[in-house]
Amino acid sequence: MKDLKAGSNLEKVLKAGHFAFTGECGPPKGANIAHLKEKIAHLRGVVDSVNITDNQTAVVRMSSWAASTILIQEGLEPNFQMVCRDRNRLAIQSDILGVYAMGVRNMLCLSGDHQTFGNHPQAKNVYDIDSMQLISLVKKMRDEAKFMNDEEIDVAPKLFIGAAANPFADPFEFRVYRLAMKIAAGADFIQTQCIYNMEKFRNFMKLAVDMGLHERAFILAGVTPMKSVGMAQYMAKSVPGMDVPESLIKRLRGAGKGKVAEEGIQFAVEQIQEFKEMKGIAGVHLMAIEWEHRVPEIAERAGFLPRPKVE
Amino acid sequence: MIIADRKPLEEIMQMVKDSNKILILGCKGCVTVCNVGGAKEVGILSSILKIARKKEGRPLEVDEKTIERQCDPEYIAQVKEIVAEYDAVISMACGVGPQFLSEAYPTQRFFPAVNTTCFGGATQHGVWSERCAGCGTCVIHFYDGMCPVARCSKSLMHGPCGGSARGKCEISKDVDCIWDMIVKKKMGEGHLEDLMTMKPTKDWRTARDGGPRKSVREELVQ
Repeated sequence: MKDLKAGSNLEKVLKAGHFAFTGECGPPKGANIAHLKEKIAHLRGVVDSVNITDNQTAVVRMSSWAASTILIQEGLEPNFQMVCRDRNRLAIQSDILGVYAMGVRNMLCLSGDHQTFGNHPQAKNVYDIDSMQLISLVKKMRDEAKFMNDEEIDVAPKLFIGAAANPFADPFEFRVYRLAMKIAAGADFIQTQCIYNMEKFRNFMKLAVDMGLHERAFILAGVTPMKSVGMAQYMAKSVPGMDVPESLIKRLRGAGKGKVAEEGIQFAVEQIQEFKEMKGIAGVHLMAIEWEHRVPEIAERAGFLPRPKVE
Repeated sequence: MIIADRKPLEEIMQMVKDSNKILILGCKGCVTVCNVGGAKEVGILSSILKIARKKEGRPLEVDEKTIERQCDPEYIAQVKEIVAEYDAVISMACGVGPQFLSEAYPTQRFFPAVNTTCFGGATQHGVWSERCAGCGTCVIHFYDGMCPVARCSKSLMHGPCGGSARGKCEISKDVDCIWDMIVKKKMGEGHLEDLMTMKPTKDWRTARDGGPRKSVREELVQ
């Protein structure tokens, strides 16, 4: 295949025109490799790439680069996440070289949740650069073989560059422009925040398609199945930038005792069916939080299996 | 101006626990304006320290004085004659005060009575909010008079992040999202293009990251 920027499986799947399906896995709160391997085993052959979160919600976990290399050893493809919260430009660039040397080919560039949320709220926050500048930096390192300071890189890191978009954060009218900025900065693919408000997302995508953004980057719709009514209420109330419509909470509640998780999965499957038909959507990013073992079932019901093999 | 908050009484008590006679030294600069370290607050701290120590059965002798500024050797010199009379001196100025005092009078012990918090201003009566991070390279004019370095929790040059909700920052409903304000103002004025240009990465050398800073006016240096 021509014009591959990094040659990752995710890039090949997307560029071959397949509807991509990516998963996610949070590294362990410890060095429990066995537990990590057990979680990712559920994703093998089921997803095209697995996002490895980077101290998500500002809670300390095994480093995303280390967990990414374990994924590679296990025969899965990681999408290495990096947040700007914990590293300055020296650490950022050195980690980029490090992960590439270890075989990582996808990288998702994020600002990161503020440390106030996490288990070390006393920490100094770095934010030497922001996510927009991080995207641009990875592109420069890849395409120009140069560090931020313009010094030459001896063997450039060829990474497929990802960025996040949250259509549900405010102000809504600016969100599509911010997405456009990330794509202009160098994002090859976009993974959105968890979508629950479908109507708002349809509006967002219409704006994105009108601007031709879907032709300049692959946009993957974010899906997180609701496990319980409590989870839905928590996300609605306590997670900033999350939009959970009351109608969904009502639907989950109506499912009755012991059947809420099934209803949550059913809603996710219905969403995925719509995303498959939605103009501008190139795939789905499934963030099944500590629910990796349910991913094969969701993939099956959503018609994602078997995953394409692209050489 | 420089904003500060009074330290908890217990912490100040601990600082002077071995002292029998102290001076509380106020400052007529910023800390007077933000009602934390001027003559009035010196009097209040003096009273509560004396009461607290009296309760413990070992009274504390406290003198009070407030000088023009504690960030200028000229005014620091005003306490030259009295400073040695005390077991300890509590400065109610910002973090500059106890340091200038310590440099001028190396044999005396100076304790800070306030925690210096930020550069800001009064946003309502009794409330002061941060406006400047002292980064050394002002960019306020690019953001319609609002500083994302000081006022965005992540100092983003390209915001707002995904945690901005209903005009508030993800860290707290009490914190405004400055990027929400910047974007609304720019879009309202039809200046969307200002937000669509890539801002260069910040050179933090002019901020504290470049080491302790100094401003020199050559024409004044003798």
